[in-house]
Amino acid sequence: MTALQLDHVSKVYRSGDDDIVALDDANLTVAADEMIGLIGPSGSGKTTLISIAGGLLTPTEGSVLVGGENITGYNAKELTRFRGEQVGFVFQTVNLVPFLTARENLLVVGELSGGRAGRKQATTRADQLLDELGLGHRHDNLPRQLSGGERQRVAVGRALMNEPKLVLFDEPTSALDTHLGEQVMDLIRSEVKGRGTAAVIVTHDARVTTYCDRVVTIIDGRLAETAAASA
Amino acid sequence: MRIALRELRRRPGRFGPVTAALILLTVLLLFLGGLLDGLYIGATGALRAQRAAVVVYSADANDSIIRSRLDTTTRAQIERISGVTAVGGLGISLLGAKVPGETTLADAAVIGYQRPPTGVPAVPPPGDAWADRRLEAFGVRVGQTLRLGPREVPIRVRGWVEDTNYLLQGSLWVAPDTWRRAQNASRPDAPFAAGEFQVFVADGPGDPGVLARRIDRATGNATATLTKDAAVLASPGTRQQKSTFNGIIGVTFVVVGLVVALFFALLTLERSPIYGVLKAIGTTTRRLFAGVLLQALIVATAAFLIGGLITLGLTSLLPARIPILLVGSRAITTFGGILLTAAIGGAISLRRIARIDPVTAIGTGT
Repeated sequence: MTALQLDHVSKVYRSGDDDIVALDDANLTVAADEMIGLIGPSGSGKTTLISIAGGLLTPTEGSVLVGGENITGYNAKELTRFRGEQVGFVFQTVNLVPFLTARENLLVVGELSGGRAGRKQATTRADQLLDELGLGHRHDNLPRQLSGGERQRVAVGRALMNEPKLVLFDEPTSALDTHLGEQVMDLIRSEVKGRGTAAVIVTHDARVTTYCDRVVTIIDGRLAETAAASA
Repeated sequence: MRIALRELRRRPGRFGPVTAALILLTVLLLFLGGLLDGLYIGATGALRAQRAAVVVYSADANDSIIRSRLDTTTRAQIERISGVTAVGGLGISLLGAKVPGETTLADAAVIGYQRPPTGVPAVPPPGDAWADRRLEAFGVRVGQTLRLGPREVPIRVRGWVEDTNYLLQGSLWVAPDTWRRAQNASRPDAPFAAGEFQVFVADGPGDPGVLARRIDRATGNATATLTKDAAVLASPGTRQQKSTFNGIIGVTFVVVGLVVALFFALLTLERSPIYGVLKAIGTTTRRLFAGVLLQALIVATAAFLIGGLITLGLTSLLPARIPILLVGSRAITTFGGILLTAAIGGAISLRRIARIDPVTAIGTGT
């Protein structure tokens, strides 16, 4: 089963009289339990690519399938529903809701996307995820009471809360020191692999790529090179 | 919704400034409303209590009871009109009353009447009066004899009535002859003869406006007849007071809306990054907006409750002679108005929330 399939995807931004090609005829397939690293210089199109893959942006051309669902022609409302149900995000800056506890930050996903699962079920799942992420004693702590690494782990838990087909990580270790970064990447790999979830990790950090099954390089909007990684 | 409620619970201080501002505005609104109601009710009770469809003035009185004068001929003309079921005379004199044991004069409205209004018993014997409780603040007690006007006409207080005052003067409901004696003693230059009154109150079925026109036609336009509601508003200063106070109250409600709008616009601006993240993970603009609206309504409700208690406390400290009256209907309309303007103010943030792009949550590169 394919978790993500981009076929001839392009994204062009209009700036005055000029067209800026952020993504140029990109083709990418990510298997259901595959973890890939996406590297490239600033402005190369990494963010555009994962934004399109996660339903945050729509492509100018090409088609996008996530977990077999073709989201290419989705409107804003459909994309919102899709994001709530099919993908998980871990952002560069952790961006937890500051006045919610670790558990509540996970429950936000269920509540905001309409709470498909019952509240009790969602709470059980949130507690289970936090336990797995080594935050068993931190369920009721607010983000300011957590360390940087713990916050990022909560963010990982939030991304996994809706049992997504695909998790998109945007520089997940950029705000962490080397040691914490390694801990978080170990955790990400074990969680993603343990659940058979696909992951795309945008990074500048070469060490992160060692945790990936495959590394894709993007330059000037083109997926120029695919290299094997040593996971 | 839960997020909005948790924010209110865990960060109450963040909503402190807007709550404090709304408390002050609530106190202001309730005070203004209380004064308006106090003035209106204190000025118009005698007319509001009338069991009549219309009030008949003399044509040259400019809708003023004090300036009006109608004789028995006019009364007979009115009584002959088909559809007029009852006619009663009414005369009002504004006089100072000497109260036994008190050094200051009580402001009194001596009202001679024939048809008992709502809440006023049958016409008392000559020399007796039903007194409005407003006069208690001047030291008036049942059984006392008050001395009215420059000639000190004696009137004995027989019992109490309520909400029957005229122009903020405590009413003394007396027999027509008693009123004429008091009136003629203070205005010997223009005495009222037996059977003469300042106005007549008339009743009859159907549209009061039609009845009023029929009366004026029947008297050859020697009269100017107003419906009871119009007569209430024609009381001196009443319409002006209402429009002035309502204007101030309206502007205050606009300020409530602006305060809420500004606060939540700033809050939304501050929350933009977190809203971006929430949108990215699947929340809808509608849910975020509902949260803002819920917070605005809860803050407004809390402010109203606290402001209401403060107003109650403050008004209990005011002297009884200040015409402020807190009535339930005013509190309800004020609460409704605050909720409505808070909701409108909160709604200003909708556009800003709608414009937050979830893609902003994810990096800044292309």
